[in-house]
Amino acid sequence: MVYLTRKAEFSAAHYYHNPQFTADENQRVFGKCNNPNGHGHNYTLEVTVKGAVDPKSGFVVDLKQLKDVMSREVLDALDHRFLNKEVPEFFTKIPTTENLAIVIWQRLAPKLNAAQLHRVRVYETPDLFVDFYGEACDRGAA
Amino acid sequence: MKTKSIKAHLTRRYLFSASHRLHSDEMSEEENRATYGKCNNPYGHGHNYIIEVTVSGPVDDHTGMVCNLVDLDGFVHLHVVERYDHQNLNLLPEFASEVPTTENLCIAIYEIVKRGFNKAHLDKIRIEETMMNSFEYLGEDGR
Ligand SMILES: [Zn+2]
Repeated sequence: MVYLTRKAEFSAAHYYHNPQFTADENQRVFGKCNNPNGHGHNYTLEVTVKGAVDPKSGFVVDLKQLKDVMSREVLDALDHRFLNKEVPEFFTKIPTTENLAIVIWQRLAPKLNAAQLHRVRVYETPDLFVDFYGEACDRGAA
Repeated sequence: MKTKSIKAHLTRRYLFSASHRLHSDEMSEEENRATYGKCNNPYGHGHNYIIEVTVSGPVDDHTGMVCNLVDLDGFVHLHVVERYDHQNLNLLPEFASEVPTTENLCIAIYEIVKRGFNKAHLDKIRIEETMMNSFEYLGEDGR
């Protein structure tokens, strides 16, 4: 098994707001991120796929193909968008870094046929990132 | 798919500067010098340590978060950054009988966060001592 990681960047605006919370609760939980006019980040995305090395091509995955899928499924939809207003998943989900990683996974996983998606990492800033491995949580123990 | 049953891992980076001297009382002067080289110089030296704290848990349906960053930042600043920033590590109680290598610093910080922070599960502590050296500790039962 070999792991291959492809990076990409996108810039987008967002704000955090839960319509089920009162204005006070929203302010308390989300702080500055609750400003309804939004703010933005330069996100860095790392997509890691895994697979056996094809004996003919020597590739885990055709990088060109991976790049195209990432552009079409993720970057075209998110880059220079206001996530809450333009990306359907975030009409109902709060566009936190956690949810971004999950949404990007859900967009990519069904489209990658050659290799298997291993990890989606989203950097909101160089000092904050989220990893998603497609894991479900065992909530029984909690 | 329900969001709240989904597990994500969140990593936050922090910075502090501290000095240390690598020296073990259990070794002779020559052994210390042979083992630690320049790091054994009697007056110590310092680093800008970058600390990565990785926590994980279910992504909360109401907030979209593993844990609120304000809580994590608050805890780590108060109990880790404040404790070590601009300090001489050798003079701290946790290094009274242990050499303040970055391995031991990694374990000490892991123990502080593990014991005191209860808003998410601690996966690991990773420390960059310099751009060339980094250390990770995932706990005793870690992979
Ligand atoms: Zn933001």
